[in-house]
Amino acid sequence: MSEMTFSERPMRLKNWFGIEAAGTGNREPLARAVIALLVVITAGSMFAGLAIGPISIPVLDVLPHLPAHLFSSREGAPAGVSLRDWIVIKDIRLPRVVLGALVGAALAVSGAVMQGLFRNPLADPGIVGVSAGAGLGAALFIVLGGSALAPVAAVLGYYAVPLAAFVGGLITTLLLYRIGTRGGITSVATLLLAGIALGALTGATTGLLVYVADDQELRDLQFWGLGSLAGSNWEKVTSAAPIILVMLFAVPFLARGLNGLTLGEAAATHIGIRVQRLKNISILMVAAATGASVAVSGGIGFVGIVVPHLLRLTIGPDHRYLLPAAALLGASLLIAADTLSRTIVAPAELPIGIITAFAGAPFFLWILLRRRGLMGL
Amino acid sequence: MLQHMTFSSDASVCELHVNRVTVQMGKTTIVSNLSFDAKAGEFLAIIGPSGSGKTTLLRAMTGELVCSGDVFLAGQDVRGLSPEIQAEMRGVLPQASQISFPLNVAEVIGLGLIDRRHNKNARTRRLAEALSKVGLSGFEGRNYQDLSGGEQQRVQLARVLCQVWEPVPIDGPPRWLFLDEPVSSLDIKHQYQIMQLAAEYAARGGGVVAVMHDLNLTLTFADKVLVMQKGQRLAFGATEEVMRSDLLSKAYDFPLSLTRCAVAGAPIVVPFNGR
Repeated sequence: MSEMTFSERPMRLKNWFGIEAAGTGNREPLARAVIALLVVITAGSMFAGLAIGPISIPVLDVLPHLPAHLFSSREGAPAGVSLRDWIVIKDIRLPRVVLGALVGAALAVSGAVMQGLFRNPLADPGIVGVSAGAGLGAALFIVLGGSALAPVAAVLGYYAVPLAAFVGGLITTLLLYRIGTRGGITSVATLLLAGIALGALTGATTGLLVYVADDQELRDLQFWGLGSLAGSNWEKVTSAAPIILVMLFAVPFLARGLNGLTLGEAAATHIGIRVQRLKNISILMVAAATGASVAVSGGIGFVGIVVPHLLRLTIGPDHRYLLPAAALLGASLLIAADTLSRTIVAPAELPIGIITAFAGAPFFLWILLRRRGLMGL
Repeated sequence: MLQHMTFSSDASVCELHVNRVTVQMGKTTIVSNLSFDAKAGEFLAIIGPSGSGKTTLLRAMTGELVCSGDVFLAGQDVRGLSPEIQAEMRGVLPQASQISFPLNVAEVIGLGLIDRRHNKNARTRRLAEALSKVGLSGFEGRNYQDLSGGEQQRVQLARVLCQVWEPVPIDGPPRWLFLDEPVSSLDIKHQYQIMQLAAEYAARGGGVVAVMHDLNLTLTFADKVLVMQKGQRLAFGATEEVMRSDLLSKAYDFPLSLTRCAVAGAPIVVPFNGR
């Protein structure tokens, strides 16, 4: 017990911000300062994402034209901007940065909500297999969308794959909850082991799909395994944005309930929280956001575990601040990682999932080692 | 200025009415056909040997466990009340409370400040008052998970007190405290301090129901006692009527006798070993 409590004690940040939280126990001013800082960092990383790339472009000359021209169907570049620069920014880098921000925010917030729901900082859609379930849903549609599921695909248009991923994620989350939770108490060991089993199952099913897939479908499937923002376009942004934005705006209403759930399900009910409703909405949100992210960017791992954990160390576990801060830090981290993935081996590209796994997996092990005594693993 | 809403003077609004409550887990009956009535303004202790169903009965009364029979609080069936309404009517202190994330003491107690009419200053003031009541002034910024078991228990009590601060609110029926072994992890000084707090809450018009292990604390602080044995009601009544040598010995299947403390003159329970 003492091991964990030491490791999770909030860092002393008063020297950075001049805000003393230790005396009154009020970490809200600190949390607000951190969120303000994160807004600036997110804006900065978006700008860097637009500016940095194999082709150097005077971004400051292009940016002012964007708001007016973004939604117009007019062909050609605005006056004073070369057509090449205009296309690179408007049709390649901007959708990629926007998609990166949406996916990063969705993954980080899903992680934070899932950890609150399962009452454990190691729960993450990627680790417990929700992303794998969503990937299977998406893979089913990619391979069978042209044949067996063609009528459904025709009706849903480009929402078909995100919706299939959502259903896949939802089924996996519900299964996990049924398996891992007993009498209101979630066993972490059961949860993680069930995640392994479900992961193997979805992996095998995806493998089966590889057999029946043609060349193009194979390439699309390959993409799920690694996770990448390459191939981002406005169509993908439009298909994922509604789902992710609904989640981001709905999730603050869960904050008080998730805070109460820290005490356990029974005690949360006793302070007036409708626990069952909270759980239902949380599961729906996590599945929707994970599904939408997986559908457009494949399996980008560890964002959902690293971001909330870092934030709990700095501003504390209060979900009213943790959730918006996670959205911002997730967005800026993913844009930064993506910019790195585009430039580190330029002109080729490294899948972003490789970068987040290289950074995230050791981090996960670090948390695990520090909590080892507590979890009885 | 004060808006006085007089609620019905019917006696039932001040009562906890438990009628033929049965709790089953699988095929085992934990609480069997148990009935009693308690009034606000009284401290009711539930005693009995381990496994006699005390905690289960408490959890049935707070709606945490499914039971057959009726539990009425202030004239209303608790099963028909939303968690929000129940939270305004009564606070519940669980036996032990692990929290899943490193909240500090102020944040844990803040979870009990559910009255949204209070502004920030009022909340901060109440938080400090609650901490001083449980003897933990100045603990606001401490990490809850770093505290000892006894300190955690007292922080949880402060949280519950914040939730039902006024024993008799001006616009509603008296409030209730349900405490599950509130002092079992505390040292003797804090045992008395916390029992005093609970007794005070009852004296100010609130209802208190506490599962108790310590018979001497029960003798000192309880107004009424419910003795349980194997899920059934063995005895129920005023403390001095129920806390008798023969009855206690029977309940605990162990020779106990009541005597008077030579120093303080207060009644105490001691094991009777025949020597």
